[in-house]
Amino acid sequence: MKAEESVTTGADLLVKAMIDEDVEVVFGYPGGAVLPIYDSIFKQNRLRHILVRHEQAAVHAAEGYARSTGKVGVVLVTSGPGATNAVTGLTDALMDSIPIVCLTGQVPTHLIGNDAFQEADTTGITRPCTKHNYLVKDVGDLARVLHEAFYVARTGRPGPVVIDLPKDVLMAKHEYRPPKKPVQHKSYRPQVKPELKRIEQAVEMIAAAKRPVIYSGGGVINSGPKASKLLQQFARMTGFPITNTLMGLGAYPASDKQFIGMLGMHGTYEANLAMHGCDLLLNIGARFDDRITGRIAAFSPGSKKIHIDIDPSSINKNVRVDLPIVGDVAHVLEDLIRVWKARQPKLDQKALKAWWAQIDTWRGRDCLAYKQVGDVIKPQYALERLYHHIKDRDAYITTEVGQHQMWAAQFLKFEEPNRWLTSGGLGTMGYGFPAAIGAQIAHPEALVIDVAGEASILMNIQELSTAAQYRLPVKIFILNNQYMGMVRQWQELLHGGRYSESYMESLPDFVRLAEAFGAVGLRAHSTAELDGVIQEMIATPKPVIADILVDKNENCFPMIPSGAAHNEMLLGPEDKAAKPVSEEGMVLV
Amino acid sequence: MTVEAHTISVLVDNEPGILARVVGLFSGRGYNIESLTVAETDAKQNLSRITIVTRGTPMVIEQIKAQLDRLVPVHRVRDLTVEGPHIERELALVKVKGVGEKRVEALRLADVFRASVVDAKTDSFVFEVTGNSDKVQTFIGLMQSLGLVDVGRTGIVAMSRGGEAL
Ligand SMILES: Cc1cc2nc3c(=O)[nH]c(=O)nc-3n(C[C@H](O)[C@H](O)[C@H](O)COP(=O)(O)OP(=O)(O)OC[C@H]3O[C@@H](n4cnc5c(N)ncnc54)[C@H](O)[C@@H]3O)c2cc1C
Ligand SMILES: Cc1ncc(C[n+]2csc(CCOP(=O)(O)OP(=O)(O)O)c2C)c(N)n1
Ligand SMILES: [Mg+2]
Repeated sequence: MKAEESVTTGADLLVKAMIDEDVEVVFGYPGGAVLPIYDSIFKQNRLRHILVRHEQAAVHAAEGYARSTGKVGVVLVTSGPGATNAVTGLTDALMDSIPIVCLTGQVPTHLIGNDAFQEADTTGITRPCTKHNYLVKDVGDLARVLHEAFYVARTGRPGPVVIDLPKDVLMAKHEYRPPKKPVQHKSYRPQVKPELKRIEQAVEMIAAAKRPVIYSGGGVINSGPKASKLLQQFARMTGFPITNTLMGLGAYPASDKQFIGMLGMHGTYEANLAMHGCDLLLNIGARFDDRITGRIAAFSPGSKKIHIDIDPSSINKNVRVDLPIVGDVAHVLEDLIRVWKARQPKLDQKALKAWWAQIDTWRGRDCLAYKQVGDVIKPQYALERLYHHIKDRDAYITTEVGQHQMWAAQFLKFEEPNRWLTSGGLGTMGYGFPAAIGAQIAHPEALVIDVAGEASILMNIQELSTAAQYRLPVKIFILNNQYMGMVRQWQELLHGGRYSESYMESLPDFVRLAEAFGAVGLRAHSTAELDGVIQEMIATPKPVIADILVDKNENCFPMIPSGAAHNEMLLGPEDKAAKPVSEEGMVLV
Repeated sequence: MTVEAHTISVLVDNEPGILARVVGLFSGRGYNIESLTVAETDAKQNLSRITIVTRGTPMVIEQIKAQLDRLVPVHRVRDLTVEGPHIERELALVKVKGVGEKRVEALRLADVFRASVVDAKTDSFVFEVTGNSDKVQTFIGLMQSLGLVDVGRTGIVAMSRGGEAL
């Protein structure tokens, strides 16, 4: 370095601080307010920058990176439109508890409030969609704020943190001193270790259970791979049935016989009836989302409930529980297993056997059954074939939002955490493809597939250009039903079949679209072509769009219509007339 | 479930945007604020104390406290209503315009309420009254017929009885 270059600016300092946080990659898009940071990035080669084509995609890519690695995802965008474009991604990360640090440019401090060019009140706009945010007005605060932001994003219940950076602060001269570890925050101290008394109470309740069910969620994934291992150990030890939320898939191996599938609106018959009929509900890192509970008053009416969660605000929010345990899943399970082993309580094996027999009869309904007749591809069949071809590879699956997402959750099986990346809480169409890009950046050799709908994929299709630039062999597997299928399904079931604006007119030719971006396009019209297309897609070392033309009219079952209870689920098309949706149900989303 | 009023004290870092965070939390989640006061209470440590009176079912009140506690710059959240005996005070400035019998009566009532006169003109008074909200409300009510023209209220500040700090 030349002498004048060794003088540190705010921007240089940020880059150094990020390197100290072990950041390897930043997803971003430049603009006037962040040019000093881009300059600092240019002058070094530790920190890699991935240029996306839209700031929303930068956040989703960082989410994909974060969810597939357990690390913090980092985003860099400019002021004004750069920051506002990032808002959907930030909200998505907040809802799904994904650790993100997002640096936003800002106009210089003396112009703040003047409606300056590309000024937006970024901290104001992002306050409700971040875990925390900062506006740094003094270069002297910059290093502390950056390290604090990573700490806040990653610890406790993870979430997105925004740092708004006025350009003059980025250009001001300042020395960088690496932080003293570990960062201690004066007011923010998440509770990681549970109270022992509650663990002991839990052991008693668990030992007394006759019809238990473990309901585990995204919190297990947030807690890290060790939590998944402990969850398996705990489940084996008790022999209890276990169900996962959409966000929790992979936290428990899907092939295990104790696993009874996903629960909730599109969950399995056995999982939902087990939730309804259990006498002990053990919630491990899940948040009683309305997609799980259905009608609250009728939710799991006969059970004692234990809830393990690191965020006290998740407890007793929707469902009142008997025993709250605040703490990190891995820590709680460790204590639970230790106390259990020490006490060696006797389980009621006879009752558990009868409970399992009951669950097995529910399983016998084979609620995910569908009929593949003729050569029109059923979406479920496409996913079964996809699974067949990828099951021996350590694949990462992302999804968009809609029917295809639910079918992917039902038909693809996950044996490990961090392999399933989906937008659950916000349900953001356009999430899957950039998330796949982020996962592919983190795992360059892995097979990464975005299971997409033809409508959703158009929401961030510009990222084909990113995939092409970095030669990312991401696969887009479109279940093309020519409809916003999930919308069409609700219109069929709830709005008298009036398909208002849910037909996808004027769809592009996805094969030629792929080619236009330098990717490869494939298409399957019929079952006969399906396996060939899947194999070719997997074998192609480039980004691929596989346009799978599927049955337009297929609906996703089972389904608990909104406002209904677990034991009122619709198992298939025949069911719908018998159980009309209540008026209260109609107003629900 | 029954709706009840709770007085909650919140100790926060006195930093820009903190009030917006708290107020945004209430509006964003549909909780209501009956009274809100805020001021710096510890300049050295840069701490402010926010006192909020809110209403809700016990489950909602529990949520409100958990949500407040989740804000990063929040140090402590205390529900004075459930934690035992506490004192609540409010201050109001009450302007009354009038002459003759009404003016005399206003002054007499102010004396009863131990309100002090902080400004006087030949045809008006500004009273300063302090007490719990009921007392302040009653005083203002009485002034209504005696020429009340303006009221400013601080909202409630509150503190637990006994030696313990927030
Ligand atoms: C079209 C559509 C349909 C859907 N249908 C379904 C459905 O049928 N079934 C379904 O399950 N979902 C469904 N969802 C998803 C649903 O909306 C929710 O996103 C999901 O159910 C929430 O999952 P979760 O409860 O695991 O919570 P998450 O959102 O993953 O939250 C995790 C919880 O764990 C806690 N936590 C975080 N870290 C830790 C830690 N280290 N230790 C302890 N606790 C921690 C958090 O505080 C939080 O309470 C659907 C979504 C869409 C878009
Ligand atoms: C950004 C956004 N806008 C609107 C919606 C509402 N929505 C949910 S699913 C869906 C249709 C998705 O269609 P497609 O991607 O083709 O998937 P399919 O349901 O057909 O599998 C819509 C519009 C949403 N989730 N996200
Ligand atoms: Mg579709």
